Parts: sequence; structure tokens; C-alpha cells
Amino acid sequence: MKALEELRQAQRKPAEKVPQFGIGDTVRVHFRIVEGEKERVQVFEGVVIGRKGSEGPDARFTVRRVAFGEGVERVFPLHSPRIEKVEVTREGSARRAKLYYLRERSGKAARVKARERSTSTKGA
Amino acid sequence: MLGLIGKKLGQTRVYDAKGTAVPVTVVHAGPNIVVQKKTVDSDGYAAVQLGFGPQKDHRISKPLAGHLAKAKAPSLRKLLEFRDFPLNVNPGDKVSVTVFAEGDYVDAIGVTKGRGFEGVVKRHGFRGGDITHGAKGWHRRSGAIGQRLFPGTVMRGMRMPGHMGQVRRTTQNLQVVKVLEEDQLLLIKGAIPGANGDYVVIRAAKKRKKAEAKK
Repeated sequence: MKALEELRQAQRKPAEKVPQFGIGDTVRVHFRIVEGEKERVQVFEGVVIGRKGSEGPDARFTVRRVAFGEGVERVFPLHSPRIEKVEVTREGSARRAKLYYLRERSGKAARVKARERSTSTKGA
Repeated sequence: MLGLIGKKLGQTRVYDAKGTAVPVTVVHAGPNIVVQKKTVDSDGYAAVQLGFGPQKDHRISKPLAGHLAKAKAPSLRKLLEFRDFPLNVNPGDKVSVTVFAEGDYVDAIGVTKGRGFEGVVKRHGFRGGDITHGAKGWHRRSGAIGQRLFPGTVMRGMRMPGHMGQVRRTTQNLQVVKVLEEDQLLLIKGAIPGANGDYVVIRAAKKRKKAEAKK
């Protein structure tokens, strides 16, 4: 059984490569997609509305954006090698772990308060 | 037929070269020890008996201990015969997981999880009855099982409740995703029969030529 657990852990990215961000942050996810022979990087920008699986090998996070008036959510595996990088464009302050309430809101009501920059040490 | 005895460790998923997550079953399948070699001359058919899995010495009966001693093999839990084994091996040899390569197709044979006595909804996928709309006590039944005075009997093979699971099943044409020689592990794409910790047989796919697998 130990071998299986080791194999699972081996699927994780090295600690320094794991993207650091928090819930409520607005992020740009650089995701490599393969189209036939070609490979290109697609950027998905939105608010992180939840994370699952802690930091473990199966960890994933949900990014929500409103595109052309329609809410779009994408779930990314945190340790996927297809994720080139995750840029944090705006840090948000959220008082709960899952921001599912954003789904029922639109426009101005669907905003996340920005976090005070001064004290933040990122990610946390 | 090329094959190995292994132990199903469990399922996980790995990323392939393209970064796609592939679901795999991890099987600890080696090294298998050749215990006996049967030939056409002495036994009427050619086969190799492989053994796998550590066993306490006092659990081995004396006749079996004598049989193992002939091959100078340690106490083993599982012994199985593979007919027409393609490799030239002799008693006492070890067979590693490297007999399979990445991309090969294999069949996995195991004993499915026992479910006990199950009704027709779970066992055969019958629809059952409505849960609401005034239904009363007719939710998971099978319905009629026959006609009238003619034929006056229930047809053979009618699907009914009964024991489910704990039978030998083969899943065919599974791809080997990775072979880890160091830990003697095989990573096989998809699910294979049996609970974690069960013994399974991994053999070369019967319905696929090896050359075909390589393309």
C-alpha cells in the first residue's frame, strides 16, 4: 500500500511550483491546450470561488468568470502539468471557503472585496 | 500465454506526457517465481507454473512445501499455471513485471467484489416502480415473470434476485500505462475486477496481437 501512496504523492508538483493563491482572488490561469498537433496557452481569468482536496495530489480549484453575460466555471487540477502558471491579478478578501453565493448574483453585487495589501503575505 | 500473478493495490490517476490525467489501477505483480515447468513430453501439454505473494512457512502444507522445495522457491501464497508461456524459463527463475511494456494490451482477471443477495434493481438493472405518485410497496420489484396457462412455466434464465458478485471476471484489452521495475508495479489504464488487496492475473490480451498494440 505504501507504494501506491508514494505514487500518488509523486503526481504533485514540487512545492515551489505549486501556484499560490487564495479564495476570492482574481486569477489568470495559463492553461496549455493541445489542438491536433499544435499546442497553445489559453488564459482563463476569473475569481477563485473554491478549492478542494487541500494541497494533496488530487487538489483542484474552481474559477468563475462571467463571459458574454453568462457565468462560466472551470475546475482545474492544482497539480496538472498543463497549468503553466497562475497569476494573481487582484487579491480578494473572502469570509467563507466557498463563494458559491456569487452564482446567484450579477453585476455589482457579484464582487469580492479587495484585500488590504499591507499585511498580506500571499496565499496563506 | 504470457501472464503474471499480481496484487491489486488500488486506483489513482497519473499525468501522461501530454499532461492528460489517466485513470490507472496499480498492480504489484512481481517478481513471480517459476515453480514448475510442464512439457508436452512429460505432461502432455506445455505450461509454466508461477507463484506469487509471501506466505508464512507454517501455513504451507508438507506436500506443497516439497513441491516448492523442488524449485528452491520460498513459501508462496498463490500458484497458477500459464499454458504455452512464451519465455524460456526454468524452475526457480524470477519473472519481473518488465515482461510487459508500456503500450501493451493486457487482460485482467480477478474475483469481483461480493455483494451478497441482491434484488433485481441492483443485480440486473431493472427499473423498479415509482417512488411517488401513489405507489405503495411496489418500488424495487421485478414485475411479471411469466405469461398464462400457456406456457405455464417460468422461462429458463429469467433474471431474478440472487447472489451477486464474487465471481471470476476478465476485463479485456486494458492498456499498460507504465511499468515500474523498481517497485515491480504495473499501471494499467482503467478499472480491474476485485477489491484492493485481491490477487489478480494480468496476461497478454487474448484478442489483440502484440504488434497491433505497438502502433
